[in-house]
Amino acid sequence: MIEIDIKKTLHGNLGEMALDVNFTLKEGDFLCISGKSGAGKTTLLRVIAGLDSAKGSIKVDNEVWLNKNHFLKIQKREISFVFQDYALFDNMSVEENLLYVKKDFVLAKKLLKLTQMYELRKRHPSTLSGGQKQRIAICRALMKKPKLLLLDEPLSALDNAMRQKLQEEILLLHKEFGTTTIMVSHDVSEIYKLASKVIILENGKIIKEGKALDVLLKQQGSKKFSFEAEILDIKQVDVIYIATLCIEQQLVEIVISKKQKEVLSIGQKIRVGTKAFSPILS
Amino acid sequence: MKELFILLTDLSYEPFILSFKLAALTSLILFTFCLPLAWYLSQTKSKIKPYLEAISALPIVLPPSVIGFYILISLSPTSLIGGFFNDVFGISLVFNFTSLVIASCFYSLPFMVQPLQAAFEKLNQNMLDASYLAGKSTLETIIRVALPNMKPAVLSAFVITFAHTVGEFGVVLMIGGSIQGETKVASLAIYEFVEVLDYQSAHIYSFIMLALSFIVLLGVYIFNAKSKKRFGEYK
Repeated sequence: MIEIDIKKTLHGNLGEMALDVNFTLKEGDFLCISGKSGAGKTTLLRVIAGLDSAKGSIKVDNEVWLNKNHFLKIQKREISFVFQDYALFDNMSVEENLLYVKKDFVLAKKLLKLTQMYELRKRHPSTLSGGQKQRIAICRALMKKPKLLLLDEPLSALDNAMRQKLQEEILLLHKEFGTTTIMVSHDVSEIYKLASKVIILENGKIIKEGKALDVLLKQQGSKKFSFEAEILDIKQVDVIYIATLCIEQQLVEIVISKKQKEVLSIGQKIRVGTKAFSPILS
Repeated sequence: MKELFILLTDLSYEPFILSFKLAALTSLILFTFCLPLAWYLSQTKSKIKPYLEAISALPIVLPPSVIGFYILISLSPTSLIGGFFNDVFGISLVFNFTSLVIASCFYSLPFMVQPLQAAFEKLNQNMLDASYLAGKSTLETIIRVALPNMKPAVLSAFVITFAHTVGEFGVVLMIGGSIQGETKVASLAIYEFVEVLDYQSAHIYSFIMLALSFIVLLGVYIFNAKSKKRFGEYK
């Protein structure tokens, strides 16, 4: 059981913001934290790891990591952290990176085999691709057999195909080791695939908490499809107005009324919804 | 040709040996002391950081005679420190080789601290944090992660400190007094040759200094270019 109750004042580019987060995790949980950038996600992870200071309390299996008069040193916390930029030790080979954490040859071999990196164990990080580096970073994090694994947007720098492959591997490793995990992610499909619990942070506070489907499913209104979009252009063609929208990476043109045209402006973020009676899947 | 050979073999090389011995000792001592200082400066967010940085950079801007004067005053047998060493250990701290080492350590301090501090600051902080998270102490992190990832900077710091110490003149003159075999280093020897109008010996000494300096610097630049190629730009 992991109990986290943290308060900290952050000085962001929007002025001061209070991070005030309180949640509990059961052993083996996979928690995803999502939210806009600047919401305090990374700071939250860093506080849990002991890399940043904060007020409040952190208790892991009845061991106090943080409270009013106690701060357990980073080195003493049974925790691992996977950074967005991998943070591998460039002077060591893949294998040495793992063994630096713990001289456990059997575990190192097992992890490298599971992630299909065993053949590359003598290589240096600078010769690896982004996806390979992130695998090594995750393997290195598991060498400690931590009680809590923290992943800070581990896949955000990778392309889609590599993301999906690594999502599978993270899931595989999670099943194999059962490590309680907290991961920061923006990718809805990633969260849905991996998380047993989701928290949405906004301005330092939890605004939604629950199972992935409950938190992420768009249920407001009667529309079935709903997308975030940005208006790139609005132009008049004869008597109608056409708006060019960007939904994810796809451009779409839709017809809007004169009334709508008056309230919408270029660059605005909007939500596009439609009912889906007979969608075509291909 | 034969004359030149006789000239070269007759010349005393003691000043060079002294210069290099002094520079090697100074570099080693400074590395030991500057490593923790540079690390502290690179990691601290304390308000005293700019004060420490300003103090450690002073020898760059001060005339060597000023440094020499203050060291002479504070190490002379009539001073507190000099008197203590004189009375308790019977060691004089001026006009001998020991005094040269002490003076050189002050004089060359910024040339060791600054490259090390810059390299520590350039290291990826997440990489250092990853080492702490792996349960390693600060000392182990410095030795096994930080230093191996900044080898070119360590080499540069060593070579620049060494070269700067070999090139000292004003400070060693004030503290050492140019005593043959004890404090007369190469730069002082050249000055004295010129003073007595022995241009031939001055030429030989100067050329040796020039050639050695060039070879050493060239070696550093070649090493740095190679290690950049091998490891990529060190971060």
